[in-house]
Amino acid sequence: MATGSSTKGGADNVVRRDFLTIAAGALSAVGAAAAVWPFIAQMNPSADVLALSSTEIDISKIQPGQNVTVLWRGKPVFIRHRTPDEIAKAQADDGAALPDPQKDSARVKKPEWLITLGVCTHLGCIPLAFQGDFGGFFCPCHGSHYDTSGRIRRGPAPTNLPVPQYAFLSDTQVRIG
Amino acid sequence: MSLATDNKLIKWIDYRLPIFSMAQHSLIDYPTPKNLNYWWNFGSLAGICLVIQIVTGIVLAMHYTPHVDLAFNSVEHIMRDVNYGWLIRYVHANGASMFFVVVYIHIFRGLYFGSYQAPREILWFLGVVILLLMIATAFMGYVLPWGQMSFWGATVITNLFSAFPLVGEPIVTWLWGGFAVDNALLNRFFSLHYLLPFVLVGVVMLHLVALHQHGSNNPLGIDRQGPQDSIPFHPYYTVKDMVGLAVFLLVFALFVFYAPNLLGHADNYIPANPLVTPAHIVPEWYFLPFYAILRAVPDKLGGVLLMFAAIGILLLLPWLDTSKVRSARFRPVYKWFFWVLVADCVILLVAGGKPPEGFWLIMSRVATAYYFIHFIVLLPFIGWFETPLPQPTSITQAVLKPAQEKA
Repeated sequence: MATGSSTKGGADNVVRRDFLTIAAGALSAVGAAAAVWPFIAQMNPSADVLALSSTEIDISKIQPGQNVTVLWRGKPVFIRHRTPDEIAKAQADDGAALPDPQKDSARVKKPEWLITLGVCTHLGCIPLAFQGDFGGFFCPCHGSHYDTSGRIRRGPAPTNLPVPQYAFLSDTQVRIG
Repeated sequence: MSLATDNKLIKWIDYRLPIFSMAQHSLIDYPTPKNLNYWWNFGSLAGICLVIQIVTGIVLAMHYTPHVDLAFNSVEHIMRDVNYGWLIRYVHANGASMFFVVVYIHIFRGLYFGSYQAPREILWFLGVVILLLMIATAFMGYVLPWGQMSFWGATVITNLFSAFPLVGEPIVTWLWGGFAVDNALLNRFFSLHYLLPFVLVGVVMLHLVALHQHGSNNPLGIDRQGPQDSIPFHPYYTVKDMVGLAVFLLVFALFVFYAPNLLGHADNYIPANPLVTPAHIVPEWYFLPFYAILRAVPDKLGGVLLMFAAIGILLLLPWLDTSKVRSARFRPVYKWFFWVLVADCVILLVAGGKPPEGFWLIMSRVATAYYFIHFIVLLPFIGWFETPLPQPTSITQAVLKPAQEKA
């Protein structure tokens, strides 16, 4: 490249050909990146997967002290009808030493209904309800204990069970997503 | 070296496409140290394992359906209906285990005899790349039958990436092609599980090119002085490899015909259920040491990073080992620590299969710590302080000495 480029160059020896080389190289790099992108993006969720983004559930049959698992976007969601005892315990623990501090009131819309993803925040197993040292959930895979508010209390999981977007459409209908 | 044949056709072809002289150069005449012992069988055995996996895998792909509704049943179809399908699948499933046994022995052989030392560092790196590719391929293959262990193994392992801050969640969604492990993942795992073995073949070729550049290391760990220290690969080592292969195939057949499910998990004969996690999920035995390291750390990101580091540290090995002597035969101190490392890995393997609590959690923590201490602390220090035993001046001298003493 550099040979013979001194004829019309300025003091610093930069010639038109250098500009063309760099410009062409840069443009090819952008073009290559643009061509690669579809091959990366094709692995992201497809339109039909994204379309299944909300689910409606009738909660009238769920008794206090019962935990129901429903499927939302391919993931289990816990709908737990909490007993007054469980609610009191969850609220009392607001001040406890929590790895991921959150008030119980910030995690529910109605205190008797706890709705969280049923996916352990450690490595994605499904925790078992009413088990573990805090009476909430217990993940059998690697031993994470959650309380009755779905907050992580002990074990390797880093965060509380996430609360999905949801809305009460009526007293008996809830829409997740 | 000229081609040892009078066949006109072979000569005609070879003049235009030198495949015959290449084969003669690297498979027949290839000068090999004359003192290789049976621990040097495991390289070619690993190559044979790869061929067995590819052949059986291509056949299985002719009968398998990569779809969440059909995958499990298509595997049962292979087991019950396809002619010899049970045999081919059991060879493939147990072949993965055999491949890992062979490769692990191959790696420890390298650790004992210092095969990673100069000038074989890149040969060693390529070996580490091969190990990583094998791990990825084996993991994705285990997902394909879409049983309970397949599904939850895929969930746990892909979730490892969620440990990384910020980019973690988008990466996991990207890997899944959805918001949970589902059909998109099964499909792409099938595609990649078919692809990666051929990538492996390519890296194995590079591994062989790097090997043939300086030739095999040997049990004495000393360089060859001249042609008197070598013998041609064929027939000496082709025959020796055949002996090892026969023994290996006996063991392999024992598993395939008498205990085909011994190394698997019964739970994988239950169709995948995204709503129920099996009570006790563990990976296949060959991943247990890494799984033990993952669970030994009480922090999610820390566990994931340490698990990757367990393999990554092997890339630094040529520099962490400060010894001027390759073979542990002449390293009176390192020799013992090598066996402690072997025991340490066995402890990790056992601990990885136990629930992460009580005694075994403590054991896996101690063993994890020791694993890294071995490479980062012990190896450099042993190399500095150890006084190696006197090495023979040449391979020939060492090989002929016992015979002369007898005479």
